[in-house]
Amino acid sequence: MTIMSNPPAPETLPVEMITVTIDGIDLEVPKGTLIIRAAEMLGIQIPRFCDHPDLEPAAVCRACLVEIEGMPKPQPSCAIPCGNGMKVRTQQSSQNAMDAQRGVMEFILANHPLDCPVCDKGGECPLQNQAMQVGRDDSRFDIEKNGFEKPINVSAQILLDRERCVNCARCTRFADQIAGDPFIDLFDRGSGQHVGTSSDQPFDSYFSGNVVQICPVGALTSAKYRFRARPFDLVSVPTTCEHCAAGCSLRTDIRRGEVQRRLAWNDPLVNREWNCDKGRFGFAYTEANRITSPLVRDADGVLRPASWPEAVAAAAAGLRGGRMAVLTGGRHTVEDAWAYAKFARIALGTDDVDFRARPQSAEEAAFLAAHVAGSGVRVSYSDLDRASFVLLVGFEPEDESPILHLRLRNAVQKRRLAVAAVAPYASLGLTKLDAHLIATAAGDEARVLRALGDDLIAKLSDNAVILVGERLATVPGAYSAALSLALRTGARLAWVPRRAGDRGALEAGLLPGLLPGGRPLTDPAARAEVAAAWGTTAEHLPTEVGRDLEAIIANAGDYAAVLVGALDPADTADPSRTLAALERIPFVVSLEQRASAVTELADVVLPVAPVAEKAGTFLDWEGRARSFPQALKQSHALTDARVLAMVADAMDVLVGMQQVADLRGEIDTLGAWAGARVAAPSVEPQATHGVTLATWNQLIDSGVLQEGDPYYAATARPVVAYLSAATAAGIGVADGDTVIVATAAGSIEAPAMVTVMADNTVWLPTNNEGSHVRSALHAAHGAQVTITKGGAA
Amino acid sequence: MALTPILTAHWDEADSFTVAGYTRHHGYSAMRQALTTDPDAIIQLVKDSGLRGRGGAGFPTGMKWGFVPQDGRPHYLVVNADESEPGACKDIALILANPHALIEGVVIASHAIRAKRAFIYIRGEVPHAIRRMRAAVAEAYAAGHLGTNIHGTGIDCDIEVQPGGGAYICGEETALLNSLEGLRGQPRLKPPFPAVAGLYASPTVINNVETIANVPYLVRNGVEWFRQFGTEKSPGFKLMAISGHVNRPGVYEAPLGITMRELIEHAGGMRDGSRVKFWLPGGSSVPMLTEDHLDVPFTYEDMAANGTMLGTATPMVFDQHTSVVKAVARWLHFYKHESCGKCTPCREGTFWVTEIMHRLEAGHGQAGDIELLLDLCKQIAGKTFCPLGDAAATPIPAALKYFRDEFEAGMHTPADELFPPAAAFVGASA
Amino acid sequence: MALDAQVRRDAEELVRRYPVPRSALLPMLHLVQSVEGHVTQEGIAMCAEILGITTAEVAAVSSFYTMYSRHNTGTHHIGVCTNTMCGLLGGDAIWQALTEDLGAGHDETTEDGMFTLERIECQAACTHAPVVTIDWEFIDDATVAMVRDFVERLKRGEEVRSTRGPVIRSLKDTERTIAGFPDGLDAAPATDAKMLAGLQAAKAAGTLLPESQV
Ligand SMILES: Cc1cc2nc3c(=O)[nH]c(=O)nc-3n(C[C@H](O)[C@H](O)[C@H](O)COP(=O)(O)O)c2cc1C
Ligand code: SF4
Ligand code: FES
Repeated sequence: MTIMSNPPAPETLPVEMITVTIDGIDLEVPKGTLIIRAAEMLGIQIPRFCDHPDLEPAAVCRACLVEIEGMPKPQPSCAIPCGNGMKVRTQQSSQNAMDAQRGVMEFILANHPLDCPVCDKGGECPLQNQAMQVGRDDSRFDIEKNGFEKPINVSAQILLDRERCVNCARCTRFADQIAGDPFIDLFDRGSGQHVGTSSDQPFDSYFSGNVVQICPVGALTSAKYRFRARPFDLVSVPTTCEHCAAGCSLRTDIRRGEVQRRLAWNDPLVNREWNCDKGRFGFAYTEANRITSPLVRDADGVLRPASWPEAVAAAAAGLRGGRMAVLTGGRHTVEDAWAYAKFARIALGTDDVDFRARPQSAEEAAFLAAHVAGSGVRVSYSDLDRASFVLLVGFEPEDESPILHLRLRNAVQKRRLAVAAVAPYASLGLTKLDAHLIATAAGDEARVLRALGDDLIAKLSDNAVILVGERLATVPGAYSAALSLALRTGARLAWVPRRAGDRGALEAGLLPGLLPGGRPLTDPAARAEVAAAWGTTAEHLPTEVGRDLEAIIANAGDYAAVLVGALDPADTADPSRTLAALERIPFVVSLEQRASAVTELADVVLPVAPVAEKAGTFLDWEGRARSFPQALKQSHALTDARVLAMVADAMDVLVGMQQVADLRGEIDTLGAWAGARVAAPSVEPQATHGVTLATWNQLIDSGVLQEGDPYYAATARPVVAYLSAATAAGIGVADGDTVIVATAAGSIEAPAMVTVMADNTVWLPTNNEGSHVRSALHAAHGAQVTITKGGAA
Repeated sequence: MALTPILTAHWDEADSFTVAGYTRHHGYSAMRQALTTDPDAIIQLVKDSGLRGRGGAGFPTGMKWGFVPQDGRPHYLVVNADESEPGACKDIALILANPHALIEGVVIASHAIRAKRAFIYIRGEVPHAIRRMRAAVAEAYAAGHLGTNIHGTGIDCDIEVQPGGGAYICGEETALLNSLEGLRGQPRLKPPFPAVAGLYASPTVINNVETIANVPYLVRNGVEWFRQFGTEKSPGFKLMAISGHVNRPGVYEAPLGITMRELIEHAGGMRDGSRVKFWLPGGSSVPMLTEDHLDVPFTYEDMAANGTMLGTATPMVFDQHTSVVKAVARWLHFYKHESCGKCTPCREGTFWVTEIMHRLEAGHGQAGDIELLLDLCKQIAGKTFCPLGDAAATPIPAALKYFRDEFEAGMHTPADELFPPAAAFVGASA
Repeated sequence: MALDAQVRRDAEELVRRYPVPRSALLPMLHLVQSVEGHVTQEGIAMCAEILGITTAEVAAVSSFYTMYSRHNTGTHHIGVCTNTMCGLLGGDAIWQALTEDLGAGHDETTEDGMFTLERIECQAACTHAPVVTIDWEFIDDATVAMVRDFVERLKRGEEVRSTRGPVIRSLKDTERTIAGFPDGLDAAPATDAKMLAGLQAAKAAGTLLPESQV
C-alpha cells in the first residue's frame, strides 16, 4: 500500500444467478436484475424516460414496454425483474413491443413543443434520440398543444419549462428519494399534471442541480448554463471535485478554453451519479481576481508584475537566513502537498508546517498523526452501505460532506440504517438521516462521548462506524474520547475533513513532526525511508518537531520568512491575529490563484494553476486516490509543485520534482509505514462555562471558491441562530426575535430559531453573509459567548 | 328470473339504517357467531361460497383474504366506497339504507384477516352518505359492536370513515391506499400487492362495500344457501342499479344470471314503449351491447363470452333517441378529466382522443378520424399503468362495432342535429 | 375568517384518528375549506406544519383532487352532473339554464358571491338522473324548473332541503361535515322510491325470501 493506492473493490456477497432469454439470446444475470438492465448487458437499448438506476422503478412513462412470454399485455421492462426461464422480446424481435413503444412515443411527443433548435438539451436529449429510434416520421397530432407559461423558477438556480416536461417524475423522485428535499412535486393531474413548487418554498436543495442532469428532456435547466453552449461544441474531461473531501467524480465541459458547466460523473464506489450544487456550480471563481503574472514588492512597497525569473529569484533570496514556516490551505492535490512538505523540509530546513487553515489543536494533530495518516482506507463508502450503526460526532454530513450524507441517507432509506449524532441540535441534515440526536452543547462533546449510554455502546460493535468532523479540534478531549471509544467497542473510526486537500496534505506530511505516510519525524527509520524517496539523505531533514499554525502565529517574531500556499487568514481562528502575524514576518512568499488578503502583504506572489488547469490527485475522506487530468489543456499555469521546484532550483537545492507524473512516481516509491506511530492523544475533557457557540460551515457559504455564481449563492440557507427553548426563554427571545451573539471581539445579530437542542449553546453558521464567526467573534466551535435579545427585528 | 331482495329486504322500513332496525332482522347475529369461529374457517367459508368481488373486477374474495401473510405486522381492512364509475350507484344506496350490514361485514372480515383497524373510504362528494356511515359507526360503537373486546370476545375492531377529495381513480385500490395515506391518489406499482404491503406498507385487504355487506348473510345462511343463487362461476345475488330510459330506474336485487330483458321488465319496461339502442352491463368501463344482447345472462362468464364484462352489474340503458357519439364523447371527457396523469398513454391519449370525439360530436370530424381513434385506443389499451387507461380505450371500439355510421356522420353533421337532445331527456326536463 | 387556534385544534383532532398522521391530510383540507372556502396558502402551511411535511407536498395533494378549490368560492356550490347519463337525460339543459340565469360558467362564482358553479362528473346516482348538487347535498331527478326554484329560495334566504332530506346550509358547513365533524343532520328518510324500486317490484311479484334468511 502506498499513499495513493486504492482500496480493493468491495467484496460482493454471492448472488443467485438466473437465466433469462432476451430476443432469443440466453443470458445469466443476478437474481433481481431488471429486464431493462439485462437487455443493456446484451447491447439492446430499450427506450426509457422515467427509469433511472438509482431511483425506485416507477414505470410511468411506458416507453420501455416489451413482450414477456405468457403475459397478454406488454410489460414495463424498467420495473420487472428477470425471472428464471423468462422469455423476453424487445422491440428488436417483437412487433408488439415495437408497436407499443411507437405508440407511447407518439403520445410523448403529442404535447411536446418540439423546440429542439432553441432547447438546451438539443443534441444530448434522450427524447430526441429515442424519437429517432421509435418515433413516427409524421405527426398525427393536429390540435392545439397543452401550453404553459414559460419558464418558471423552481429556485434561483433551477428553471422549469413545463411544456417540455414528459412527466417522468425523475426530478420529483430524486428530490424525495435521494435528496430528501421534497420541495418540488407533481401538481394537478391528468394532462394538466406538471412539476411545481409551493409559492412559499423554492427548491433550495444542496443537490438541486442533479435534477437538471437527470431530466430526460430540456424541461429543467440551470440559470448558470442556460443558453450558454450546445452540447456538440463541448469537450468533456473527467475531474475530481476540488471543494470537499467527498471525492466526487465530475465531468467538466469545456468550450474554447472555458469551462461551461460541470456534471456528476458516474462512479458507483463514490458519488454514484450525484454531486452537490457546490461541486456543480462552484467553478467560476477562476474568472475574477485571478493573478495572471508573478508579482514582486518594490523597495517603495508597491507590488508590481515581474517576470518569472525575477520573481523566483526574489523568492529564493528571501527564503534564506533564519527560521522559516510553510502554511498551506486545505485545497492542494497530494502531488502539490507532497511538494510543499518536501520543500519545507529540504529547501527550507523547517518542520514548521501546517495545512490546517482553521481552528486547530495539538490534540487534533496527534490524533491525525496517530490514527489517520498512513492508515489507508479504514472506512469506505461501501462500508457505510453495510454498517450496522453510524455515530456522527461533531460532524454535519449534509454541510460538510454532502455525498457522504446521500450515501448515509440511502442506507437509512433502503435498509433502515440507524444513525446517531453527538450534535447541538437536529439539523435539517440530521433529520433527513432520521438520526437519533444526542443533544450536546458545543464543547461538551468529549464528556458526552465518555458518558454514552449502554444502549449506544451496545450498538458500537465492530460493524459500526464512528465519523468525526473537524470542529472537534477545538473541543479538548474529543478526539481522545472518540479514539478510546473506538478501541473499546471495536467500532471503526474515520475522520471526515471538510476540504478536498486535507487528507492528502496529512498523508504528504504537512504537519509538524509528521513525515509522509504517517511517519514520525523523530523516528530514524522513518527519516531514512522518506529521505530516500525524496532523493536525499536523512541528515538533510530537520530533526526537531516543528510548530503548528497557532504556534507559528504566536511566535511570529521568530521568523525570517514564511511561505503561504493558498491559506486564507479569514478561515483561521482569529483572522486579524493571523494577518498581524504574517505582517510581522519580514518576508512573505505567496503561491495563489487569486488575489487575497495574503497578497496584500506578500513580498513575492507566484501564481499557480487552479484545478481545471492542472492534473493531480485528491485523497477523499476515505483515503481513496481520485486522480484527474488537466481539463483546460491550453492553460500554461503552473502547479504549486512546479513553482516550488523553480524556487528550489534558484536556491540551489535539488528537489528534482517537476511534472505530476514524476511526483506520483516518487510518492509511490514510499510504501506503507510499519514502524511506530506518533502517540495517540490522551486529553481530558474540560468543563464548559456559560453559553457556548456551536458552529460549522454550511455547504453554501462565503467561501472564496464559491464566488462567481449569483444564482447558486441565492440558494444559500438564510442565517439563523438556533437555541433551545430554555436558552431562548432565558434571554426572553422567541422565534424570529433578534439574538445578539457576542465575544470580546465583537458580535453577530441573527434571527432566533427555537429548536430541540442542548441548553446553553447557540448555533451560528461559520461563514455566511451576516455571520462571519471567525472575523466577527474570533471564535471557534465551543467558545464561550454571551447572548442577549436584540432590538426590534 | 325473479328478484330476490336480501341486502335490500328491509329498505322500506323507516329505521333500516339504525342498529334497532338492523337488529330486528337478525342484525349482528352473524358477527357473534363469527367472532367465536376460527378466522381461517371464515376464510374457508368465503372461499367455498365462491363470492367474487362486487367492485367490478370480480376477484374471488376468499382467495384475496387468504393471501394475507400471517406475520407480526398489523393488518388492515379497507372498504372501497369510492363509487365513481359512471353507471355505478349501488354502494352509496347500500350505505344509506343498510350501513350496519357493512359494519357487521367489516367486523367479520377483519376478524378473518386478523385486522384490528378498518377504514371505509367514501368519495367526498356524498355528504349524506358520509354522515350516515359515520352515524352508523358511532351507533355500533355505542352498542358494543365495535371497539375493544367486542362483546367480551377479546376481539378488537375499529373503523374510521375517510372522505375522499374528488377523484375517480381513487376507486382503484392502490390509488385509494395512497389517498388514504394523504398522498396524491395515483396508483402504485404492483407488486408488492396490497395483501403483502398495502396501507402503511402492511398487509391489507381492500373490498367493495357490497362484497363486505354480503358477508353477514353468507355467514348466517351458509355456503349452500349462497350458492343457490347465480351460477357455478358467478354465485350469489347482486345489487343491480338500473339507470336510463326505463320506466322505473332504481336499485334492484337479483340472483346473478338474470338477463337484461328480465331486468327491464322488472323496471317497468322501456319508457313510452321506446326501444333499447345500446346498454352497458356494468359501468362505462365495459363495452356496450345492443338490443341483440338482451338475453345474455348477467354472469362473469356470459358477459365475457359476448365481448363485454359484468363490471359493477349496474346497467345503463339508452333508447333510440340517444346519440352514441355524444354518449361516448362524454365518457371520454370523463376519463380525460379523471386520468391521474401518472402514465403517458392514458394522460396524453385521453386528452387527444377526447379532442377528436368533441369534433366528431360537433360534426367537424376529419377524414381519417375513425381510423385514428381506433389506432389511438389501441395505443392506450394494455399499455397503461392501471386499468383506467384500458377503460378509457373501451367505449370507442365498442361503439364503432355497432354504430360506425353515426361516427361517420360526425364528419359533417352535429350529433345534436341527428339526435335532438330534448328527445333523450326524462321526466319534467323533457 | 382566519385559521385560528380552534381550527388548529380541530386539525390536530383529525390527526389523532389515524395510526399515521398524514392520513388526516384529506380531511384537514376539507377542514381548511370549511373555514376559508378554498384551500389557501395559509391552510396549506398549517397542514404542512402539523404533519411535518413540505408545503409543496400539501399543495401537490390538494391540487390533485377536484373538491379542493384554489380560489375563492361562493356561499353555495352548485354542481350539475353532465356525465353521460345525467347530461343526456337533462343535465345539459339544466347546466345551460343555470349558467344563463346566473351569468357564471364552470368554476366561476356569481358576482354577488352567492353561487359557484361547476360541471361535475358522475355522482353515483345515475338511477336518479339528472342529478344536481347544492353544497354537495343532492337534488335528485332534477329539472330546470326545480333547480331554478332552489336557487330562488336560497336567494331569498328560505330553508331549502335536499331531496334526500338534509337542509342545505353552505359549502363551508358541508365541508366541515365531510371533514369529520358531526352536524346532527342524520335523520330519516333511509331511502326513496328509486332505491326501493326493486324491493317493491319483488313484493308486488311475491318473490320475497323467507324472513329467516334475510
Ligand atoms: C379506475 C378504477 C376505479 C375503480 N373504482 C372502484 C370503486 O369505486 N369501488 C370499488 O369497489 N372498486 C373500484 N375499483 C376496483 C378496485 O380496484 C378493486 O378491484 C375493488 O375495490 C376490490 O374489491 P372487490 O374485490 O370486493 O370487488 C376500481 C378500479 C379501477 C381501475
Ligand atoms: S392509466 Fe395511467 S394515467 Fe390513467 S389513471 Fe391509471 S396510472 Fe393514471
Ligand atoms: S422507463 Fe419503463 S415505464 Fe418509464
